[in-house]
Amino acid sequence: MLKLEGIRKLFNPGSPDQKVALDSIDLTLHAGDFVTIIGSNGAGKSTLMNIISGAIAPDQGTIEIEDKSFTSLPAHKRARKIGRVFQDPMAGTAPTLTIEENMAIAYSRSRRRTLRIGVSKQRKQLFYERLAELNLGLEHRLTAKVGLLSGGERQALSLLMASFTDPAVLLLDEHTAALDPARAQSITDLTKRIVEQKKLTALMVTHNMQQAIDLGNRLLMMDQGRIILDLPDLQKQKLSVPDLLAEFERIRGVKLSSDRVLLG
Amino acid sequence: MIWAMLGSVESGLIFALLALGVYLTFRVLNFPDLTVDGSFTTGGATAATLLASGNHPLVATGAAFVVGCLAGSITGLLHTKGKINALLAGILTMIALYSVNLRIMGRANVPLLSEETLVTQVNTALEPWFGDLALMAVLAVLVICFKLGMDWFLRTETGLSLRATGDNEQMIGSFGANTDLAKVIGLALSNGLVALAGAWMAQYQGFADVSMGIGMIVIGLASVIIGEAVFGRSTVARATAAVIGGAILYKLIVAFALRIGVNPSDLKLITALIVIAALVSPKTLQSWKRSIGKQKRSGGNRHVKA
Repeated sequence: MLKLEGIRKLFNPGSPDQKVALDSIDLTLHAGDFVTIIGSNGAGKSTLMNIISGAIAPDQGTIEIEDKSFTSLPAHKRARKIGRVFQDPMAGTAPTLTIEENMAIAYSRSRRRTLRIGVSKQRKQLFYERLAELNLGLEHRLTAKVGLLSGGERQALSLLMASFTDPAVLLLDEHTAALDPARAQSITDLTKRIVEQKKLTALMVTHNMQQAIDLGNRLLMMDQGRIILDLPDLQKQKLSVPDLLAEFERIRGVKLSSDRVLLG
Repeated sequence: MIWAMLGSVESGLIFALLALGVYLTFRVLNFPDLTVDGSFTTGGATAATLLASGNHPLVATGAAFVVGCLAGSITGLLHTKGKINALLAGILTMIALYSVNLRIMGRANVPLLSEETLVTQVNTALEPWFGDLALMAVLAVLVICFKLGMDWFLRTETGLSLRATGDNEQMIGSFGANTDLAKVIGLALSNGLVALAGAWMAQYQGFADVSMGIGMIVIGLASVIIGEAVFGRSTVARATAAVIGGAILYKLIVAFALRIGVNPSDLKLITALIVIAALVSPKTLQSWKRSIGKQKRSGGNRHVKA
């Protein structure tokens, strides 16, 4: 479904600040894979997301989605197949547009944007039904401006919108990190429900190791631009946070004082 | 006095077209577009030159709209493909248009006194029914049509992507819309409207002049800001109506200022002051309201304690 081959990215090449952000990354996701990624700050998790979405171009390597090359496609064309939820709850929605207008934008993801009315009666019914599944009462506030919603509500709406048209790949970039624990938990539950229900192929970056273990069917650990650990479903199910830390120590050969280092 | 007011409303309606254009860039796309000073003249120059060479007034006016769209898309391409800062892209196009406008006209001023124009045609055709209000009625219908057209456009799928581009560019990009294209479309339509206003103004005042566009961006901004401050901006339909009201109100304020003896050469200063007042006053009023509210609340608390 998603195939990365030999991805390499240098930041500030040729200068004293040169940094290997990603170092020959090979990664294949199959349809329905839900992969969680952990790693300390600067490990290359966000760079990986940006390279898949097209926000950053790799120096080397190829990207394929559904057997088509995406390597040289601009970000907005890739976005027809890639849904994305950002860390900032404000980033995924347009604040001065109403909830239904935001939904109409999500609806148009994989289609040509024409001169048809964005929020037609038919679509309004569809938006109502899908918003009702969130159990947040947003379906009764279709004409409210999104800027009036709370951070948690906006992130739930972002998630619904990102997954609305069943994208080939869903990128979740620490999308619960900026929320309070209760909201973060409800967004985590919602993520699980949506990804399972729609059988989406998803890639989730998180700093929360428990979340990385609980969600998905595969776990990656990144460090210094490399994937240093790739655990399949069976091993992942038996995993605990101390196991994960021990594994990290073993691979890196460094004694970690606490999970603070990983959590950054 | 009433005739002076009629004149203000007429030119206010012409400026309403300009203000709708400025609304589209300044508010919808969140793009401060200074092309306006150039493209207003371009519209006037194109229409006047075509009229002087014997073309039908509708053709001349339509051509002005198209040329305005071209001017706007150049600013758009400079900004999106050339990665030039928005303000600078607009200024560059504006300066370039000054020479282009002289090229179009061939001289600094094209008089239309003996030509058949939309204004003379409207006056002769509709005078029996509307008398002196004929031009105003036609302009009002025209402006309302453009307002409704813009309301409709901003609710279409393309229009929504334009609004989201001005609102949250990262977001709309992540939903597969081409934000560069959205900006070029918005700037083209905006400057098309501005040029249309220029074309009407040339026919209204009976000439096109190379300096007729100076200060138009400020008048456009003044209309948008005054209109929104007075009439509100909660929805698109309301904001576009407010912008039209703002343009007429602005013209009335200027007419009033001239009537009470303000020197015409001070008008640009007064316009700037009006815009500053309209920008500052809503915030100031809010903070006053808040502080008064606090005083009341704290007063109430004291009362309860006592």
